[in-house]
Amino acid sequence: MSRTRTTLRSASVAVRAMILFTLVLGVGYSLAITAVGQLTAPAQANGSLVRNAAGETVGSTLIGQSFTDAEGAAVPGYFQSRPSAAGDGYDAGASSGSNLGPENADLLDAIGERRAAVADLEGVDPGHVPVDALTASASGLDPHISPAYALLQVPRIAEARGLPEAEVRDLVTSTLQERDLGYLGEPRVNVLVLNLALDAPRDER
Amino acid sequence: MGAPSPADVGFGLLQIATVILALALLHRPLGDWIARVYTDAKDWRVERGAYRVLGVDPHSEQTWQAYARGVLVLSVVGVLFVYALQRLQAVLPYSLGLPPVPEALAFNTAVSFVTNTNWQSYSPEVTLGYTVQLAGLAVQNFVSAAVGIAVAIALVRGFARRGSGTIGNFWVDLIRGVTRLLLPLSVVAAVALLTAGVVQNFAGVTEVTTLTGGSQTLPGGPVASQEAIKQLGTNGGGFFNANSAHPFENPTPWTSVFEVLLMLAIPFSMPRAFGRIVGDVRQGYAILAVMGSLFLVSLAATTWLEALGSGSAPQLAGGAMEGKEQRFGIFGSTLFTAATTLTSTGAVNSMHDSYTALGGMVPLVNMMLGEVAPGGVGSGLYGMLVLAVIAVFIGGLLVGRTPEYLGKKLGPREITLASLYILVTPTLVLMGTALSFALPGVRADVESTSIWNPGVHGLTEVLYAFTSAANNNGSAFAGLTANTPWFTTALGVAMLLGRFVPIVLVLALAGALAAKDRVPGTAGTLPTHRPQFVGLLAVVSVVITALTYFPVLTLGPLAEGLV
Repeated sequence: MSRTRTTLRSASVAVRAMILFTLVLGVGYSLAITAVGQLTAPAQANGSLVRNAAGETVGSTLIGQSFTDAEGAAVPGYFQSRPSAAGDGYDAGASSGSNLGPENADLLDAIGERRAAVADLEGVDPGHVPVDALTASASGLDPHISPAYALLQVPRIAEARGLPEAEVRDLVTSTLQERDLGYLGEPRVNVLVLNLALDAPRDER
Repeated sequence: MGAPSPADVGFGLLQIATVILALALLHRPLGDWIARVYTDAKDWRVERGAYRVLGVDPHSEQTWQAYARGVLVLSVVGVLFVYALQRLQAVLPYSLGLPPVPEALAFNTAVSFVTNTNWQSYSPEVTLGYTVQLAGLAVQNFVSAAVGIAVAIALVRGFARRGSGTIGNFWVDLIRGVTRLLLPLSVVAAVALLTAGVVQNFAGVTEVTTLTGGSQTLPGGPVASQEAIKQLGTNGGGFFNANSAHPFENPTPWTSVFEVLLMLAIPFSMPRAFGRIVGDVRQGYAILAVMGSLFLVSLAATTWLEALGSGSAPQLAGGAMEGKEQRFGIFGSTLFTAATTLTSTGAVNSMHDSYTALGGMVPLVNMMLGEVAPGGVGSGLYGMLVLAVIAVFIGGLLVGRTPEYLGKKLGPREITLASLYILVTPTLVLMGTALSFALPGVRADVESTSIWNPGVHGLTEVLYAFTSAANNNGSAFAGLTANTPWFTTALGVAMLLGRFVPIVLVLALAGALAAKDRVPGTAGTLPTHRPQFVGLLAVVSVVITALTYFPVLTLGPLAEGLV
């Protein structure tokens, strides 16, 4: 009897604790951080959205995109992103890696196909295709490629756009992000930012 | 490309050194602060308000049974709350038009967040609206973390007190953990993450037309506030399916290092708090030394193995970059992986399922160690102290003396409780894995529906799931489809028993220890602050794990990686 009463009493304390925590931590804390975010860093808090030269929102600088046509073929005038396992590719509503294991035959096949496709598209030796072009990222939304993969694509972009290779290469170099603070993470090129720069009028780059 | 260049290795090592340096600077002030939080005689004004709302007397003390009752009742209420919120999702505001979560999945998710596991059998983007994320999951991220720290502090009090019938007041420890530790640090961390691009809004989804004329649905949500406590409380449940690999959760290399620091900050500061409260900081340093050395060895192993990139796919591609983000690379990925599996966090910034066979075995072994190097917030310290009891016992057997730790003689009751503790999670892990393949109906479903990668890798996926659930980690070999009746139920049970059976044993141990008097040390007492004991404790931790799990590891990752 007394044990039942003690447990009931604990339950009443626990329910009140849960209601209090829900109000303070679930509602109060989250709203306070939202207010801080919207007031001090609205661009970041709202998804780092990016516009094209015409002023239309075309995506987020943090979220990768496919630069392919309706049939899924690479658009020659754009730098290409890494392979993606998010939905049908860069589906921002379905972030995911492939989760294929190191001995999975499907992954071995995919790597072989990607190597052949990239080598064919860029007109290079299959042995020269960098690893990030052959592997799907963890999120499926990786906005970046390696500097090596970006530079590999320069001749094709230059030809498709009728630009001098040096100009396209300069654009890659100016878009390239070094390691954070000079040593954290990896050097990388943001593909959407780079393609937007390609699309921008030449005097505004 | 291919193998990392010497420059990559150098930068990678600098990145690790940054984390070590930051922790070296942080653990003393933070540990001292934690000790003060739980020993301060004064209550803050907001805390007095909270005690009035709860209807508890903050100056009353509890026996271990009353303390345990508080933990268990609060957790039951928590599970019911989170379950109800999910089932009522359709009528809640900001549900993003999502339907109620099905019963089994709602049970699994409620248990998962209340037990500090944050295993996710669901894909968040298509399952949970903002109200469930905030009022359900974010709240439990705080509460489950505060519970873990409270239990650890109660055990430390057991060592510190003499002839006492009580071990503190659970409600006071719970409230103080939130008001003085988790909430203030989360606010700072959330604002820092915000500035880097972690989103924080209630905008729902933004439809955009991409550069090539396709459409993309960009998610929004209150992510930064969730991300901060998810890491700080070693919870690990991602706002998005890709967790901390998602650019909206972890946009840059520095946020990734920052999130690693958030995971490690409290667990690596707990030994200092322990040393302070028992009145001998050297005892804390000994525990810290064991945690730190296991951490460094494990981090070195997984980093080396991934950089080496063995196995068919990494060799074919020229590196182990499947399931890794370009901005983090190998080193930023393995650092996060070591931290997330050696604490009980379970967030991921790369996909463990796609790791090399042996590189992916290391996170599995990290969890099998029992989450003690440094482990989850609170749970890491109490797990390591239980192992210390075992180590002292083994030391005592070797020289034929009654074991003592921190001046407390350890009798049959204490050794029994500690021994039961270390049996709980291995039993759950091995039973769960075995039953998945032994029950005929279950086996067919596991093999046809759940397992993603064929062959021995599939066994590793199942083993990883039960190891993660029973040790309250929450990371996954995520190819496994766990949203099936068998896995939602079995993993739910593993999480519940893996969390609360050890907690009750620890609190019973705390009660038994608190009641004892201190005996003065003699020439024959094993000193527990010297390198000798550090070595003994590290060996005990590793040997227990190795003896328990070696056979099953030979069937899974060792078979895949060595044959």
